Amino acid sequence: MSPDLLKLIFGRLGIDSLPLHEPIVVGTFVVVALGGATLLAGLTYFRLWGYLWREWFTSVDHKRIGIMYMILGIVMLLRGFADALMMRGQQMLAFNGSEGYLNAHHYDQVFTAHGVIMIFFVAMPLVTGLMNYVVPLQIGARDVSFPFLNNFSFWMTVGGAVLVMASLFIGEFARTGWLAYPPLSNIGYSPDVGVDYYIWALQVAGVGTTLSGINLICTIVKLRCPGMTMMKMPVFTWTSLCTNILIVASFPVLTVVLALLSLDRYVGTNFFTNDFGGSPMMYVNLIWIWGHPEVYILVLPAFGIFSEVTSTFSGKRLFGYTSMVYATVVITILSYLVWLHHFFTMGSGASVNSFFGITTMIISIPTGAKMFNWLFTMYRGRIRFELPMMWTIAFMLTFVVGGMTGVLLAVPPADFVLHNSLFLIAHFHNVIIGGVVFGAFAGINYWFPKAFGFKLDQFWGKMSFWFWVSGFYLAFMPLYVLGLMGVTRRLRVFDDPSLQIWFIIAAIGAVFVLIGIMSMLMQFAVSFLKREQLKDVTGDPWDARTLEWATSSPPPDYNFAFTPVVHDNDAWWDMKRHGYQRPLTGFKPIHMPSNTGTGVILAGFATAMGFGLIWYIWWLAAGSFIAMLAVGIGHTFNYHRDFDIPADDVVRTENARTKLLAGVK
Amino acid sequence: MITDTHAAHADDHHHGDDHAHGTFSSYMLGFVLSVVLTAIPFWLVMSGALPSKQITALVIMAFAVVQIVVHMIYFLHMNTKSENGWTMMALIFTVVMVVIALSGSLWVMSHLNSNMMPMHEMTGMK
Amino acid sequence: MTVAVNPSQTGAPVFYVADEHPHPEGFSTSLGFWIYLMSDCLIFAMLFAAFGVLGGNYAAGPAPKDLFELPLVAVNTTMLLLSSITYGFAMLTMQQNKIGQTQLWLAITGLFGLAFIGIELSEFAHMIHEGATPQRSAFLSAFFTLVGTHGLHVSCGLIWLVTLMVQVQKFGLIEANRRRLMCLSMFWHFLDVVWIGVFTFVYLLGVLR
Repeated sequence: MSPDLLKLIFGRLGIDSLPLHEPIVVGTFVVVALGGATLLAGLTYFRLWGYLWREWFTSVDHKRIGIMYMILGIVMLLRGFADALMMRGQQMLAFNGSEGYLNAHHYDQVFTAHGVIMIFFVAMPLVTGLMNYVVPLQIGARDVSFPFLNNFSFWMTVGGAVLVMASLFIGEFARTGWLAYPPLSNIGYSPDVGVDYYIWALQVAGVGTTLSGINLICTIVKLRCPGMTMMKMPVFTWTSLCTNILIVASFPVLTVVLALLSLDRYVGTNFFTNDFGGSPMMYVNLIWIWGHPEVYILVLPAFGIFSEVTSTFSGKRLFGYTSMVYATVVITILSYLVWLHHFFTMGSGASVNSFFGITTMIISIPTGAKMFNWLFTMYRGRIRFELPMMWTIAFMLTFVVGGMTGVLLAVPPADFVLHNSLFLIAHFHNVIIGGVVFGAFAGINYWFPKAFGFKLDQFWGKMSFWFWVSGFYLAFMPLYVLGLMGVTRRLRVFDDPSLQIWFIIAAIGAVFVLIGIMSMLMQFAVSFLKREQLKDVTGDPWDARTLEWATSSPPPDYNFAFTPVVHDNDAWWDMKRHGYQRPLTGFKPIHMPSNTGTGVILAGFATAMGFGLIWYIWWLAAGSFIAMLAVGIGHTFNYHRDFDIPADDVVRTENARTKLLAGVK
Repeated sequence: MITDTHAAHADDHHHGDDHAHGTFSSYMLGFVLSVVLTAIPFWLVMSGALPSKQITALVIMAFAVVQIVVHMIYFLHMNTKSENGWTMMALIFTVVMVVIALSGSLWVMSHLNSNMMPMHEMTGMK
Repeated sequence: MTVAVNPSQTGAPVFYVADEHPHPEGFSTSLGFWIYLMSDCLIFAMLFAAFGVLGGNYAAGPAPKDLFELPLVAVNTTMLLLSSITYGFAMLTMQQNKIGQTQLWLAITGLFGLAFIGIELSEFAHMIHEGATPQRSAFLSAFFTLVGTHGLHVSCGLIWLVTLMVQVQKFGLIEANRRRLMCLSMFWHFLDVVWIGVFTFVYLLGVLR
């Protein structure tokens, strides 16, 4: 075939795009391919494809979508953590003239991919998954406001993750750092597909995130059960509301920034170029208008989880509910006023820097108020040290350290010394791991019995806990030291041999975390095998307080046979106290949305379009776009999107639960 | 509060009606107002009727703000009651965010330019 | 605030709704669509911010004064304003259940929208022909992107409009279609509001600059 024709069909894609010269990547590919092939063969052998497609992939049930988000987050955590291990290994070895084992081309991709994956495809799915699962149950709703959109959002997130994963084996990922600052990310300095992978992965996933934000806001505003006024909402629902408001108000900014960057790269416009009047600093400014709220998008739901856990395991009403709500709202608004503290050193001058320095310090006030609320909730409570509570206490200790170093960095003169040093790296891992990751783990341990009907194994849970927490301190406290000594981030080789010991300690910490992650996978496996022993039929294994514990575990498709009525903040606690009797008769048919495969198909076309754009395969991009439009419009011609669960089915499900509950007594 | 359940469900049935629709006269009023509010700025700029450019700029920006409000009221039927005030709340929140992001960006970037870039020569170059 | 809801005979508080009616279809749609519009508003805000910051960087290329023809912009603005009021008429006739008239007004709205897009495209073509391409300077990059994004939105609105006309023709003015027409009306008027910003800040202030 002629080269022109090949170019028309495959764009930039060719045999030499495959990283065959990188033994590490090839090895990874072989392992992933073997694992993937085994998985696919297993699914085919046990004839699970039909089941997965009907019951999961096309499901519009918020509970199933929530679980799928969690699985996505945990799978991507393995990838992101593999990158982290590689970095720690490289930095530990590259001393005394050694180049380490990663070349610059590979190492730069590794740290970029680590950041992107951990934020967009680990933290976001974990947080979104928990919100998806828990919020409708907490507010006594049957599903979210737009169930189809929820399914579509999930698959768009998957599409983004697929593009990032594809970059490992087809072509390369960006070598720019996780925010891809121009001019480095512009076409002149990054002519390869790396940055294009970055752009389209985030654009595809970003659409999903924005839509799921709109969806959850509507759900919370419109679908609360009778009696649940705003100030009677559980705190997790409140923080979810604020998080989703932040998502809807900030992800469009990311969309625009990336769109402008892609115009620069694809069309040759001059937004962020060095000449023709472009300004690379404008990119930095715009992306942090998204970037700072993003931090709070991740941490607010974690704050909500800790609030629920603290109050449940202290056996007390949450201290200072009202102040908790106001603190959340204040954080939501303030998070928009601090973005410049990410680039104090850019040179906007003293007046600008002092304004943003002060607003940044102010944020620590509502956050501190929350911390005291949790402490006062525990004060004179009957604390049960179950796994979720252990993660919560680890969070309180760790997050305070991270918060303090954050306030330090908020002082512009100090930031001029510490900017882009390992001190900063230690700080944000301190708040993201100590806040978001610990929060997600507390949430997983707390709500797992709700989702699956059995508790998680204690032994492996504690193993995971102790290895994670000690590993975290081992891995990141040395980075504070190194940062204060002036070591900057993203370095591949070092000259000063006296630094090596700190990197060795950090690497040992990373291995501890690895054991922590393995223990957690072990915890899932062991709990599954011991599911009969760990079984909970009451639906309320922790003697908890909010509405999600009022229904069975796992909840039926319709969540509640009758929509609950709420009189108190701790609705389920209130019901238990008043001797609530579960209704046994009078069931009616329940109106529910039907499953649909349209979301999967649309997201598939969107991903294909992204792939086409990345590799300049224009026919694929255009074709997928038109297909997407056609399927989308076709979908609007379907006016019958729901069905009724017959009363008989409800009766059967509820009777089965009655029997189970009788068995306990 | 007492009849919370019933109230909530009564809302369900009438939800379609709590959205204001506008009438022929309100649409026409909005249209006439917006034509006037569009025409004056265009005329001001094209004729140069006002003595200084600064004043003209301020006046046409004021007209833009007024016209946006007119469109919001007469075409988008904004009011404080629809959706229990949530649409208004969302709008106010968005306006605050837009003001912060717009004015913040302009402020940050203008300080940056005056500190870091030889902008004065460049703008003079045209 | 422990108020009994549906007090039962015993006086104990009631914890569930025995006689339940599901939320009607589209219960959350208008709020959801409004929130989507707010997020879209932020997209435009960022494009305005880019234009505000970069709009003065002509890079020795053409400036607004050399490029913009205000009479043409005035005509274009008129098209959009007219399409707004005709969409309003479509909504009014929809409330009176007059399918034929609704369709007619929708079609007229679509024609005005099409005229708007046509004028805008010819303006772009003229500018590009003169050498004022999006690549020429940061000002032109920001200009084409901001105005082009608005035009893209109007084009999407036109595709949506045609789809809805087909659906109204096929299924009549059923509740679902009324709701969709209402959403498109919000979208359409929202684009009008954005255009006020465009003609003021880009065109009028640009010529003044």
